[in-house]
Amino acid sequence: MAQIKKANGIGDWFDQRLATKKLAKVMMTEYWIPKDINFLWAMGVVLVVMFKLLIISGIFLLMYYKPDAKLAFDSVNFTIMQEVEYGWLWRHIHAVAASFAFLVIYIHMFTAIYYGSYKNGREMIWISGMILFILFSTTAFTGYVLPWGQMSFWAAQVITNLFGGIPVVGDAVVTWIRGDFAVSDSTLTRFFMLHVFLLPLMIVFVIVIHFYSLRIPHVNNQEGADIDFDAEADKYLAGNKKESKVVPFWPVFLAKDFYVVCVTLVIFFFCVFFFYDFSLPGVNFEPANPMVTPKYIYPEWYFLWSYEVLRGFFFDIGPIKAMDIGLIAFAFANVIFVILPFLDRDPRVLPAHKRPRFKIWFWVLMFTMVILTIYGKLPPKGINNVIGFIASMTFITLFLIMPYITKKDAKGAK
Amino acid sequence: MAEKKSRRDFLGMAFGGFAAVGGIMSLGAMKASWDPLPSVQAAGFITVDLSPMKDGELQTIGWRGKPIFILKKTAEMKKNDNRDVVVGNEEYAVMIGLCTHLGCIPSWKPAKKIFHCACHGGDFDPSGTVLFGPPPRPLDIPPFSIDGTKLVLGEEGPEYKRLAAKAQG
Repeated sequence: MAQIKKANGIGDWFDQRLATKKLAKVMMTEYWIPKDINFLWAMGVVLVVMFKLLIISGIFLLMYYKPDAKLAFDSVNFTIMQEVEYGWLWRHIHAVAASFAFLVIYIHMFTAIYYGSYKNGREMIWISGMILFILFSTTAFTGYVLPWGQMSFWAAQVITNLFGGIPVVGDAVVTWIRGDFAVSDSTLTRFFMLHVFLLPLMIVFVIVIHFYSLRIPHVNNQEGADIDFDAEADKYLAGNKKESKVVPFWPVFLAKDFYVVCVTLVIFFFCVFFFYDFSLPGVNFEPANPMVTPKYIYPEWYFLWSYEVLRGFFFDIGPIKAMDIGLIAFAFANVIFVILPFLDRDPRVLPAHKRPRFKIWFWVLMFTMVILTIYGKLPPKGINNVIGFIASMTFITLFLIMPYITKKDAKGAK
Repeated sequence: MAEKKSRRDFLGMAFGGFAAVGGIMSLGAMKASWDPLPSVQAAGFITVDLSPMKDGELQTIGWRGKPIFILKKTAEMKKNDNRDVVVGNEEYAVMIGLCTHLGCIPSWKPAKKIFHCACHGGDFDPSGTVLFGPPPRPLDIPPFSIDGTKLVLGEEGPEYKRLAAKAQG
């Protein structure tokens, strides 16, 4: 039994039982962040805010949503949008926050790639982050299906069909995932379970791992400098705040993060109130109809690049069918980022502008992602097919040559 | 070195063994819970009368939640012995109207006489064979049987078995 004394206040009462003062030090006031960073380092906290907005708006949507193929569409488009006070607000927040979350995830990801924040001890931060990306993607997809409009239905149809590409058991897997031979009520209810319970639970769990994985190697900085965090922390605590290369997470780092969060939220709520159409496609305001495919179907903007890689291969190569090539390329695009730390053969942590070949590699990758995103939305006709194919090939080639390029950079420095 | 097995090791292994068996069996239960329900698996049967159809007409009907294309072929459309359904003296193309690529419904373009899938650009001829794009195989033929001028969907008749055998051979 610990030595419990009469508490001299409510803070002390909790401290004696829960060691709250120690906890605050470990988590906040003595968790050290380098000074040499910029606004791109705030994206993690912005993402936490987006996730909170998704949970809060989701709670209110959940109270009126009905996961039933006959009732779902009206429960969203009539009950929530027209009857429930501020129901539209929760729906707009939910849809726009999903889009924003992906935008910030991409900024977060490409910041890490640019500054080399995925290697030399930071591999687990990167890998847990990419697992979060996959979980967010699955959550976004299952959520997209719930309003049971035309886009919901056909997105479910196309995405579940992707699993048909698995050799031998493909068709059985598709039927198993759907719980029916076609996308139907059983598909909707299981996607509902995944979207509101299992996937968010897994996301929270992996977020904890993601944060924890930062703790030992610490956050990277603009120059990739190797900082002795213990020595710098001692300087800071001794009062040499100016000389020290680090600041505490709370209150110094978070104060700046909150500024970035505020700017983001201004843009966010502008979109929620005046510019929400981009996250709620018009076709989805028609009820799901298994007998009519909408003229053009395309995923949300954040999946367009991988969608374009999937359909970039429109011709057979020898005995391999076009569909299988597309599926292999799509699978490649979705896992290749996860193993990025092991494709980079340059042991130094440096920003891209100090790595001559990697710098070109990075900007070509960015350009390719933008091209894939644009052409992912255009109908697959004529020249669009060719550009989609070239961009898909470029994307794959970039990752295949990455080990050579990074190795050459490392040699060039010696 | 002689292995020493204590009472605690035995209990540990016994507990672990039971837990592993229970875990594997519950995984089986979880997998089975995701399977289609018996009511879903029970086949649906639909009868369609083909006699009122005109040459070149396409009708789309729903069967087991999927669209079925029935196209009455005209004289100028190429015959396809491996896929055509002959009822009386007329030839019909009967197929599941879902693109074999990723399952969108191709639309019939009467001017070009093709089925075009807008999702990923696949084209099929009137018999359902692939002309262009990513679909890996022709449109699937649903199980059917012929009863006079009527088509019964869901029943595997001799005509269906003949076509299915040709598709494999």
